[in-house]
Amino acid sequence: MIDLNFLSYEFMRNALLAGLAAAALCGIIGIYVILNRIVFISDGIAHAAFGGIGLGYFLGYDPLAFGIGSAVLTAIGIGLTSSRARVSEDTAIGVFMATGMALGIMLLTLSQGYARDLYGYLFGNILAVTESDVLLILLLTSVILALVFLFYKELLLLSFDPQYAQAIGLPVSSLRLMLLAMVAFSVVVLIKVVGIIMVIALLTIPGAISRRHMKSLPSIMAGSIILGVLFVIIGLLISYDLDVPSGAAIILTAAVAFFLSTLLSR
Amino acid sequence: MMERMPETKEKILSITDLWVRQSGHVVLESINLELFAGDFLGIIGPNGGGKSTLLKAILGLINPDRGEIAIFGLPPAKALSRIGYVPQKTVFDRSFPVKAQDVVLMGRYSRVGLLHRYGKEDRDLALEALKAVGMEDRAEREIGELSGGEQQRVFVARSLVSDPDLLLLDEPTAGIDSAQQTEFYELLSHLNCHLGKAIIMVSHDLTAVSTYVSKIACLNQRLYYHGSPELSNEDIEKAYGCPVEMIAHGTPHRVLREHD
Repeated sequence: MIDLNFLSYEFMRNALLAGLAAAALCGIIGIYVILNRIVFISDGIAHAAFGGIGLGYFLGYDPLAFGIGSAVLTAIGIGLTSSRARVSEDTAIGVFMATGMALGIMLLTLSQGYARDLYGYLFGNILAVTESDVLLILLLTSVILALVFLFYKELLLLSFDPQYAQAIGLPVSSLRLMLLAMVAFSVVVLIKVVGIIMVIALLTIPGAISRRHMKSLPSIMAGSIILGVLFVIIGLLISYDLDVPSGAAIILTAAVAFFLSTLLSR
Repeated sequence: MMERMPETKEKILSITDLWVRQSGHVVLESINLELFAGDFLGIIGPNGGGKSTLLKAILGLINPDRGEIAIFGLPPAKALSRIGYVPQKTVFDRSFPVKAQDVVLMGRYSRVGLLHRYGKEDRDLALEALKAVGMEDRAEREIGELSGGEQQRVFVARSLVSDPDLLLLDEPTAGIDSAQQTEFYELLSHLNCHLGKAIIMVSHDLTAVSTYVSKIACLNQRLYYHGSPELSNEDIEKAYGCPVEMIAHGTPHRVLREHD
C-alpha cells in the first residue's frame, strides 16, 4: 500500500510543490513548444543549461541561478543565430547543446566531490529540492504564467502563422526570443524535477496527449496541466514507495499514459 | 509610361524607382507603379521574377536598396493597418487548435495593438468579415477541417477584418481546385466592385487574371505595365524571356490585343 504519511516530511512537501509548479509550466509552455515546433531547441536549451550549473558549482555560487543564466543566453543565442541565418538553426542547437554538456561535466568534475549532484542534475532528484529552490521555482512559474496571460493573443498569432504575423506588424523576432526565454526558464525548473536528459519528455508528453482529446487552446492547456500534475504525483508516489529515482518514475508514468492514449485513440 | 487616372480617384500606392537586391542579385529593378482607389491590378510573371518580393517590399518586410514606396503618402511600416495581406499558401499545422473565427480575429491585431485584448466589437467584425466571404456558417469550425478554398476565404476574411483600403494577395489560388478558384475570383471581384477595395493580386494564372482584373502588369525583375487590362505580346515576351502563347476569354477583358 502507498504510504500517505509522506507529506509529513519537509523534503516531500518541497518536492510536491516543485512538481506541481513544473506541471503547470509544462502544461502551458509545452503547448507552445509543440505548436511552434521548437522541441529540439528546447532540448538544446536544457542541455546547455548544464554548462551554467557546472560553472555555478565551480565558482561556489547557486548552480540553479547560473543554470538559468546559461539557459537564457543559449535561448537568445539560438534565436539570434537562426534569424541572422549564417548558421542553420539545427547546427546552432547541436553546437550549444554539446558545448554546454561538456562544460558542465568538466567543471563539475573539477569541483571535487559532487558526483552525486552530477547524477541529480542529469536524471533529476526532486527529493533534493530545497526551500529556496521552491521559492525560485514558484517565482519563475508566476512570471511565465503572467507573460502568457499578457501575450496570449500575440503568442497565438506567432504560433499559427509567423509569416503573416510579421506582415501585419507583430514584433515576431522579439516575441520569438521571449518565447525561447520562457522555455529556458521552464527548462531550468524542470531540470530540478526530472533532470536534463528527460526534460523534453515532461515538456511535450502532457501537451501531446491533451491535444488529441481537446479542441481549443485553453482547454488543451488545462488538460495538459491536469495530466502533468497526475504524472508528477503518481511518479513521486512510485519513487517514494519503490525507492527509485523520481525523474525516471515521473517520465515512465507519462510515457505509459502517452502509449495508452495513442492506442485508445486509434 | 503610365496611363493617367481621373484626378478624383485617391492615390493609394505609389512606387518610385524601387530597387531590391538580395544576396548580391538584383531582384527588382527600377520598379515604378501607381495604384488608385478601386483598382484591381494583376501581376503575372515567371517564378523567381520577384512577385513575392515586390509584395514584401510594399508590406515593409524588405528594405529597398533604392527608391521609395508610399502608401497613402506614408512609409509601409506606418500604413500597415490600411493593408490587408493574404500570404502565399499559408503554411500551418492542420491540427492547429483554432476556429475559423479565431483566425479572422488575428487580423484585428494591426488595429488592436500589442497587449490589448480583443473586445466584443472585434468579434463582431470578425463574424462580419466571415459573412463578406460567405463563410459565416463555418465560424465555429476548426481551420484545419475546412477545404483549401474555404481556408483561403477565411484568410481573405482575416485580411478584411482590419477594414483595409488595399488588399495584397500572393498566389491566392495555389492549391485550390478549379471550381473553387472561379468562386474565389468572383469573391475578389465582389470585394473590388462593391466594397471598393483596391487589390493587387500576384499570380501565374494568366487566363484567370486577365478575366477578373482591371489592370495587368508583368514582372520579371522589371515591371512591364501599361495601366490597362491588356498586355502586349512584347511585354509578356520580355518578361518571360520567350514567346508565351495565351488563350484568353473574350470577355470582359483580353490579355492580348487584336493582332494587327
